[in-house]
Amino acid sequence: MTTELITTRDRRFAQERQRIRRRQSAGLGGRSKVSVVARHVFLIATSALMLYPLLWMVVSSLRPNDEIFRLPGLWPLSFEVSNYTEGWNALSPSFGTYLWNSIVVVAGSIVGNLISCSMAAYAFARLNFHFKRTMFAIMLVTIMLPVHIVIVPQYIMFSQLGMVNTFWPLILPKALATDAFFIFLMVQFIRGIPRDLDEAARIDGAGHARIFLQILLPMMTPALATTAIFTFVWVWNDFFGALIYLNNPDLFTVPLALRQFMSAQGASNFGGMFAMSVVSLVPVFLAFLFGQRFLIRGIATTGIK
Amino acid sequence: MSAISELSQIRRGGGKRGPRERPKDTKAALVFLAPWLLGLILVTVLPILASLYLSFTKYDLFNAPEWIGLDNYVRMSQDPRLGASLGVTFVYVLVGVPLAMAAALGVALLLDKGLRGLAFYRSMFYLPSLLGSSVAVAILWKQIFGVDGIVNQFLAVFGIEGPGWISNPDTALSTIILLSVWGFGAPMVIFLAGLRQIPVMYYEAASVDGAGPARQFFSITLPLLSPIVFFNLVLSMIGAFQAFTQAFIISGGSGGPSDSTLFYTLYLYQKGFTAFDMGYASAMAWLLVAIIAGFTAVNFALSKLWVFYDD
Repeated sequence: MTTELITTRDRRFAQERQRIRRRQSAGLGGRSKVSVVARHVFLIATSALMLYPLLWMVVSSLRPNDEIFRLPGLWPLSFEVSNYTEGWNALSPSFGTYLWNSIVVVAGSIVGNLISCSMAAYAFARLNFHFKRTMFAIMLVTIMLPVHIVIVPQYIMFSQLGMVNTFWPLILPKALATDAFFIFLMVQFIRGIPRDLDEAARIDGAGHARIFLQILLPMMTPALATTAIFTFVWVWNDFFGALIYLNNPDLFTVPLALRQFMSAQGASNFGGMFAMSVVSLVPVFLAFLFGQRFLIRGIATTGIK
Repeated sequence: MSAISELSQIRRGGGKRGPRERPKDTKAALVFLAPWLLGLILVTVLPILASLYLSFTKYDLFNAPEWIGLDNYVRMSQDPRLGASLGVTFVYVLVGVPLAMAAALGVALLLDKGLRGLAFYRSMFYLPSLLGSSVAVAILWKQIFGVDGIVNQFLAVFGIEGPGWISNPDTALSTIILLSVWGFGAPMVIFLAGLRQIPVMYYEAASVDGAGPARQFFSITLPLLSPIVFFNLVLSMIGAFQAFTQAFIISGGSGGPSDSTLFYTLYLYQKGFTAFDMGYASAMAWLLVAIIAGFTAVNFALSKLWVFYDD
């Protein structure tokens, strides 16, 4: 409830600021009407150019193969739904299996990240313990560490544990808070929650577990949502990890299946390949559509001072 | 506060330490940090040490590692493909990152100052950055820049016969750089948030004093935004050194034509996971870390010349 209040106040504040800016840019900044129109024209043209390839892919996924490279325009002259049905069954197993595999890996990763990162964030933001600053610094460094420095030994470890060709190597590290970026994001968020609430609960006899579960977690929903959505997008798109750990087609995630599609039929069945590419992008697009607020706020707050 | 400024503050030993509190929650902290500590040890620290050890061995996953001293590193210094992959990666980082930064900053500046439809434009520019790392978009890119792709169809309208951008070693890397610039939306969002934090009164005071738009940009906007430019620059460079998926898909895993898209990570993958030369791959990983650390250190050193901290 308090966070809701804060966000509405925030929003009103931002609106007010924008109004001031607008007034200022209209008057003091000396921006003429012409330059505003010119900016709009430029921005619309640039964004249209950037989105054109995506729209072209969607339209092409509905065209017969011989039309795809003949027609550069976007006007859908034909409506070939068969690309979708054929593309769906072009590989064995069908795309349903790959989607399901991706969903399992994504769901496991989201749960893992939410639990492990929020716990670590609580400790860093609210508890006092030995070597706290050192550990916090180590955590920040691991955000910037390239995955390649650990990938070979990790692969050896997981293969000795018999976990190659299972989803464990993709999910287990998330349950151990290796995506430290999210710890940092949540630490930032918790620091913004007044300590008075914790103190009051402590006086009432609540321990750390209760303060964490009943007071902070419910107030952290925006940060948790940001974490969940980013994990969703990144794991859904993840190619490298899946490429290394999964080589049984029954376990392929969507990116691996698309790559398989491209090497098997990429020179003939363009319609089917585009159709399945579109299918693979739809979940990310939906996450963008409904979670944009959290994504933008998340990268904005971790990126600025 | 961004991860980077926080880190440099810890390094300086200063910052908002406040009155030193007694570490009284160590037991509870151990419980809350348990997953992270376990991960740090099992999935990060031990593998790092193992990879250091493996880099001095010959190891193919099936026979026991055999100690060969510095052989892997010596081989690396004589490996022409490794040299090629370093060249490709440097071009990608040193051209792609500044271009993306410039696009992000330019568009953010156009969007700021109360242009109507900000939220709409921001969404349109941000969307590609979410999709850009996917296999689907890499596949799309490969078709767009193919011999019959829409780029060449467009050029044909003007009577230009475009090359096969992907199959030509002179242009293949540029298409991948362009794909990375296409994703400039993520840093742009950070720039926009940073621009909003600059108090309006600075501009008001400046224009009362008669400063024009250019003067305001160089004396107010740029200095106050410089920590955020620095943050974006460092993180984008670290990320760009690790680019993999797009080069893999567009070149079909080969890094071709003629190694023109052989990104360092792609070569590392080929060595480690197709040739199973895991000792060599580990040595390569250490060189990558050294290069990234070197670039980041240079960035930090140079930042003293142009990054302005007002605290």
